[in-house]
Amino acid sequence: MSPTPHLPLSLTVNGEDHHLMVEPRRTLLDLLRHDLGLTGAKKVCDMGNCGACTVSLDGRTVYACLTLAVDCEGKQVRTIEGLAQGTELDPVQKAFVEEDAFQCGYCTPGQIMSLRALLDETPDPTDDDIARAVSGNLCRCGAYAHIVRAGRRAVELRKASEVTS
Amino acid sequence: MTSFEVKTTEQDGQTQLEIREQAPGVTTWDESTSFSVVGKGVSRLEAFEKVTGRAQYSSDVRLPRQAYAKVLRSPHPHARIRRIDLSAAEAMPGVVAAICKDNIDRIEWYDGSAVFDDPVRLVGDEVAAVAAVSEEIAEDALRAIRVDYEVLPHVTALQRATEPDAPRARLDSESEGNVSGEVKTYERGDPDGGLRQADVVIDEIYTTQAAVHNALEPHGCTASWDGDELTLWDSTQSVFTVRQQVALALGMPEHKVRVIKQHMGGGFGAKQIAWKQDVIAALLSKKAGRPVQLMLDREAENLAVGNRPNSRQRVRLGATRDGTLTAIVADIEQANGAYQTGGEASNVSGTYQTLYKCENVRTVQTPLYTNTGPAVAFRAPGQVEGAWALEQAMDELSLRLRIDPIELRLKNYAETDQSDGDKPLSLPEGLALAYKKVVKAVGWNGRPENPESGRIRKGVGFAAHDWGAGGGSPPGYAWIELNSDGAADVVTGTQDIGTGTRTGLAQVAAEALGLTLEDIAFHLGDTSLGPYSPVSSGSATQATIGPAIQAAAADIQDQLKTVAANAMEISKDRLSVRDGHVLVDGDASRGMSVKQVMQEIAPNTLRAQGARIPNPDDRAIRTFGAQVAEVEVDTETGEVTVTRVYASHEFGRVINPTMVESQVIGAITQGLGFALTEERVIDHDLGIVLNPNLEEYKVPTVLDIPEMIQDPVDVPDLVANPTGAKGIGEPPLVPTAPAIANAITNAIGVRFHDAPVTRERVLEALANRRSLETNANPTTDQEQPA
Repeated sequence: MSPTPHLPLSLTVNGEDHHLMVEPRRTLLDLLRHDLGLTGAKKVCDMGNCGACTVSLDGRTVYACLTLAVDCEGKQVRTIEGLAQGTELDPVQKAFVEEDAFQCGYCTPGQIMSLRALLDETPDPTDDDIARAVSGNLCRCGAYAHIVRAGRRAVELRKASEVTS
Repeated sequence: MTSFEVKTTEQDGQTQLEIREQAPGVTTWDESTSFSVVGKGVSRLEAFEKVTGRAQYSSDVRLPRQAYAKVLRSPHPHARIRRIDLSAAEAMPGVVAAICKDNIDRIEWYDGSAVFDDPVRLVGDEVAAVAAVSEEIAEDALRAIRVDYEVLPHVTALQRATEPDAPRARLDSESEGNVSGEVKTYERGDPDGGLRQADVVIDEIYTTQAAVHNALEPHGCTASWDGDELTLWDSTQSVFTVRQQVALALGMPEHKVRVIKQHMGGGFGAKQIAWKQDVIAALLSKKAGRPVQLMLDREAENLAVGNRPNSRQRVRLGATRDGTLTAIVADIEQANGAYQTGGEASNVSGTYQTLYKCENVRTVQTPLYTNTGPAVAFRAPGQVEGAWALEQAMDELSLRLRIDPIELRLKNYAETDQSDGDKPLSLPEGLALAYKKVVKAVGWNGRPENPESGRIRKGVGFAAHDWGAGGGSPPGYAWIELNSDGAADVVTGTQDIGTGTRTGLAQVAAEALGLTLEDIAFHLGDTSLGPYSPVSSGSATQATIGPAIQAAAADIQDQLKTVAANAMEISKDRLSVRDGHVLVDGDASRGMSVKQVMQEIAPNTLRAQGARIPNPDDRAIRTFGAQVAEVEVDTETGEVTVTRVYASHEFGRVINPTMVESQVIGAITQGLGFALTEERVIDHDLGIVLNPNLEEYKVPTVLDIPEMIQDPVDVPDLVANPTGAKGIGEPPLVPTAPAIANAITNAIGVRFHDAPVTRERVLEALANRRSLETNANPTTDQEQPA
């Protein structure tokens, strides 16, 4: 078998430009985890069932395991690593800590990215909106009740930070 | 220094070291103790790392020149391997190592098998493995391996495995038929006589499904050699078990193997033993001369690294008219898969022997080989299966006798451990307190008599449980070093498997040392750090390690007071330590901070070790709980919606109420999956698993969860250990499924004996009942299974 040809790829991840050569079949998830060392997004099912690899691609949430890296040419990717400013957590992250919205934490980056996307689009979501937003994110520890609570809390925290800023 | 004694037990002749005496100065935290850190719902110590994606799990280890490994697995449920040809894979650019049974020495693994064995005995059994510079190339290489199989007859269904003419799942087994190990028989009193003297006998067969743990982080590890020393970053519930097993398999001394696990994406029991990939990664890494990461994919996770064994249980309960149990008899068969893996036993029989007071009890538990994935402990192993049957049979009995289900349970309340010489329970009122709490929370006023009409039917169900391991036991060790800045390094060999161990134990350390939580650096999850620790299982860790920390802390406090007494020129007896300060009894002006005291002796530090002493010989330590489930059943679609679950559990003192709530709601959520949707489905003709993925193996989502209201009993169990705390990890899963099943029966008047209660089963049962009603045969027992 001959070596697979690699293609050039340029994309921006968490504000940083990257220029790489990648195999055409490499997923965005493997690119993040292997080529860029961004291991926050997790590989759990690798077939779009679980949401643990959820990232933002040009402002839209996608499953990174179902997105080919070469399809991200020129695009902006945001991952869980791009949310906090230094040690200052995003309101969604803060809410997850306050509400104990995880146990093992393996699904947490995906849950947070899904909720963050919801709040960007719907600043005043209902509980139903919150649940729908994370309905594609499995949590085997069963933290869902606290995740929904964290969603509510994140809304409060965002509003409070808007008032102060 | 604690004193110990070396004892040889009479039963099995094993020599044990028993630390008899509590370290001096350990105070039991009774009801009058006022706490600074214990009992507070503080955030997890690793919360920042987890919400920022920086927590490094085994799957996230990235080392220079790291290669990635994949395992070729058997496509047949039972087959001999005639030939394996790795040459095309080895020749592939980017492949750095390839191994199979032909190019490595035979390495013994569980139950008489080898790491790469012949024959293979389940779809998913390990055949070969490759490491390559990328996951994609490793996958290509697997496809290039040629294997010539000779397919053998297989058996995957439990029922079929029990039949005399069934194929043998293990050709090398010496036991009769497919029986895979010791048939465990337990008997007390006269069970047959008890059934004869009963006014009412319940005699039913219940089955439970094979459920798969499906922790989101798959099993796996990263292996790296430095000379003759091996480091494994492993997703495991027991770093020391992995160290021991891997060292044994590779013929190495244990100290040459270091196992690290800081964060782990769930285990639920399936990661409590060392698995083949730990050795496979080490071998590939050695061969390739570079680090190798081997994380299983989701399919392998569903096939080959553990599941809850499916069971068939014939349950007979005898009772007099007033509800007194005269006999409990359970005949249990259990499909253990192709290998007995070790670890915590799936003891289905246990709850039949202990949960209710009954003089006449017999349980017979028969484990069977099948050509399926090896069963391994799954959160409350055995107990979940047993409770599904026993708690529904009790519900059935209460219906038959027209006695309230909680009243029936109180009538048969056990205050001793009848399976262990009638030892009194350490907290005999524990379960009754849990009953009381749920009764009050629900406003329980007897099971509602539901009108049999309308498309949506509502129902309420109750179930209870007990659990024997939450009290912890030796060995458990802790080391503490109080540094010259007044902060302490607390070192244990245990691991946080996502349950909050790191935080709960740090709270115990801070409280016992008299420091703030910020002054504790808590170390765990690394065999090179310090003291041995047992596996994280049985919900035992808090109660095993907590008291060891308490013992070490008492020693440190004593030393600290000696230094402080010298510095202040005051009697040591007048000193106490709290919140980072050494306080003088009756003189608030004279205290010193711990830091100031330690500066007196800097650069010296204070060091101590603590060990877990045995549990009392004359008491049985157990944990308990009760749950009420409310459901709505859609009689047209068969959909069951669990609307609300009330839970109260007794597990001694609550160390961290926030994390306790997370454990309870998580367990209820898993219980809901077990009750309604989760099931490994096998095509028994082909012997293959049809749903080895998260698309078709249905774990609950956020849209499935009920409102959950939980209120722990929260009474310190001072007989158990001086922290008063026991474990809550597993037990809240146990009563959820039978409570839901009982609620469904309450809603639609049909008993579901087989888990899970899928929509298909609900519709089928309703259709059966309608046809029975149409036939209008009033003598037909509508509640028997078809």
